[in-house]
Amino acid sequence: MMTGPDDNPTATIGAGSVAIEGYPRADGRKGIRNVVLVVYLVECAQHVAREVANPWREDNVHLIGFPGCYANAYAARMMRELCTHPNVGAVLLVSLGCEGFDRAALAETIAESGRPVETLVIQESGGTRRTVDAGRRWVEQARGDIAGVTRVAMQPSELIVATICGGSDATSGVTANPAVGRAFDALVRDGVTCIFEETGELIGCEHHMASRAVTEELAQMLVGSVAKAARYYQSYGQASFAPGNADGGLTTIEEKSLGAYCKSGTAPISGLIKPGDRPTRGGLYLLDVVPDGEPKFGLPNITDNAEIVELMACGAHLTLFTTGRGSVVGSAIAPVIKICANPDTYRQLSDDMDVNAGRILEGRATVDEVGEEIHQLALEVAAGRPTASESLGHREFLLTYKSFEPIGPACLPTVG
Amino acid sequence: MSRQVEARIDVIRLSVSDNVAVAARELHAGESVELDGMAIDVQERIPTGSKLAVARIAEGERVIKFGAPIGSATRAISPGQHVHVHNVKSDYLPTYTHEPGHRFDEEAHQDAP
Repeated sequence: MMTGPDDNPTATIGAGSVAIEGYPRADGRKGIRNVVLVVYLVECAQHVAREVANPWREDNVHLIGFPGCYANAYAARMMRELCTHPNVGAVLLVSLGCEGFDRAALAETIAESGRPVETLVIQESGGTRRTVDAGRRWVEQARGDIAGVTRVAMQPSELIVATICGGSDATSGVTANPAVGRAFDALVRDGVTCIFEETGELIGCEHHMASRAVTEELAQMLVGSVAKAARYYQSYGQASFAPGNADGGLTTIEEKSLGAYCKSGTAPISGLIKPGDRPTRGGLYLLDVVPDGEPKFGLPNITDNAEIVELMACGAHLTLFTTGRGSVVGSAIAPVIKICANPDTYRQLSDDMDVNAGRILEGRATVDEVGEEIHQLALEVAAGRPTASESLGHREFLLTYKSFEPIGPACLPTVG
Repeated sequence: MSRQVEARIDVIRLSVSDNVAVAARELHAGESVELDGMAIDVQERIPTGSKLAVARIAEGERVIKFGAPIGSATRAISPGQHVHVHNVKSDYLPTYTHEPGHRFDEEAHQDAP
C-alpha cells in the first residue's frame, strides 16, 4: 500500500484562486520572497562571502557569485538583473579588489533600484576576518531593514513562472513534462507570464514551434534559434544529451527534445527572449540560452542551474523543474518546484520532490490531474509555501562566461 | 472518470501515428501486451520508460514517437523488439553513451573550440 505526501495532493484543487501577497519594489515589480544576497565578484572572494552568509544559511540570506577574474558583458548584465530581481530585498557585494568585475556600476544599479546595498573590498577591509565581521554586521542590519516591507496584493499577471527539465529519462516526456504543459496552459489562462527554454534541447521541434508563433517574423526567429543551437552543438560533436539520458531509455536528441517540448503546453508563443530580457507582457516565451557568434567560452549550459540563473535573470519568480533520473537541486533567489516523472525515482527521492508525476505511469492519476496539482502548487509557492528544495536548504547558483547579441525587435510583442 | 485505477498499464502509445510504444513497467521476453486491441509479443527485456516497436520498421525508416520522427532505424525492427541506440540513430546529432562503440571519441573532436 503506497502512502505518502503524493497521495493527498489534490486537497486544495478546486479551492478557488490562491491569494498572493508580494513584496513591492520601486520598479513596480513584486517579489514572492524577500532575500538578502551576499555576492562574491570573483572566486577569490567566495570564502569570505560564504562566511558572511553562513550564520543565516537556514534563513533568507543567499550566496551567489561570479568566479571569473576577467570582465564579461553577459555576466555583468546577469548580475544586474539578479541583484535587482523582485525576490531580492538587499545586496552585499564582496570584492577581492583586483578582479575585472565593475563593482561600482553594479552597486549603482542596485542603489538606483531602491535596495540597501554595500560593497566590501577585502584588500581594503583588513582581510578575511575583518571583512567577514563587517559583512555580518551589515547583513544583520539589512535583514532588519527589509523585514519591515509591507506586502501587497499581487495579481497572477505580475507573476513569471519558468520551466526546465534536468536529469531526464524516458518517463519525463510521458508524465512530468506533459503535466507541466497542462499547468503552463492553466497559468497562461490565469494571466501568468510563462517561460520555457533550452533551444539546444528543442532540436527537431522547431517547425512545430514555428506553427505556434503569434507572428510570421517570430516563427522564423524561433526556427533560426534552434538552427543556431544545432550548429553550436555540432561544433562540439555532441548534442545536449548525457549518457545517463540513454541509460534512462532516451535514444536520440530529437526524442529528448520532443519530450522536453511538451513542457511548453499548447498556448501560442508570444516571444523569443535572451538571458536578461524581460518579457514585455503576459503569455508564453521561449528563452534562447545558446550564445551568439562563434563558440568561444565552452559548452553553453554546463548544468541545469546555469539555465535556472538565466530564467531568473529574465524575471522568473519560480521554476518548475521536471526530473526523471532524479535531480535534487534548488536555487538561490527563486524557489524551485521539483516534479518527479518516474515513480521508482520518486520512491527513492521522495523527500526531494514536490510532485509525483510518476503516478501517471502507474495509472493512478491522469496528466490533467497532475497538471492541475502543479498549477495550484505554483500559486501556493508564490503565496509563500516553501518547496522541498527550499526546506532542505538548497541554494545552488552557477554563472559562467557567455556572449550574446541583443534580441531583434521581431522577437518581442509590442506592449499595449 | 472512467479510468480504472487498479489496472496497471503495460504500454503507452503517445500518438496514434507512432510505430513505437513506451513500456509503463519493465516488460520481459515471452509476455504478451495489449495495445488498442492488438496483441504484441515482447521479444526481449524492455526497461520501464523504454520503447518497443509496435509495427514493423524497415532499415532507414523513421521511428515515430509523440507523432514526430525521433531518428531512423539502422536495421529492421520487428514488433515487440526493444528500440534504442543499438537500432536507431539521430537524424541531427550523434548519441554518445558509456557503452563500447558508442563512447564520445575525444580524439576525433580535438579541434572543437
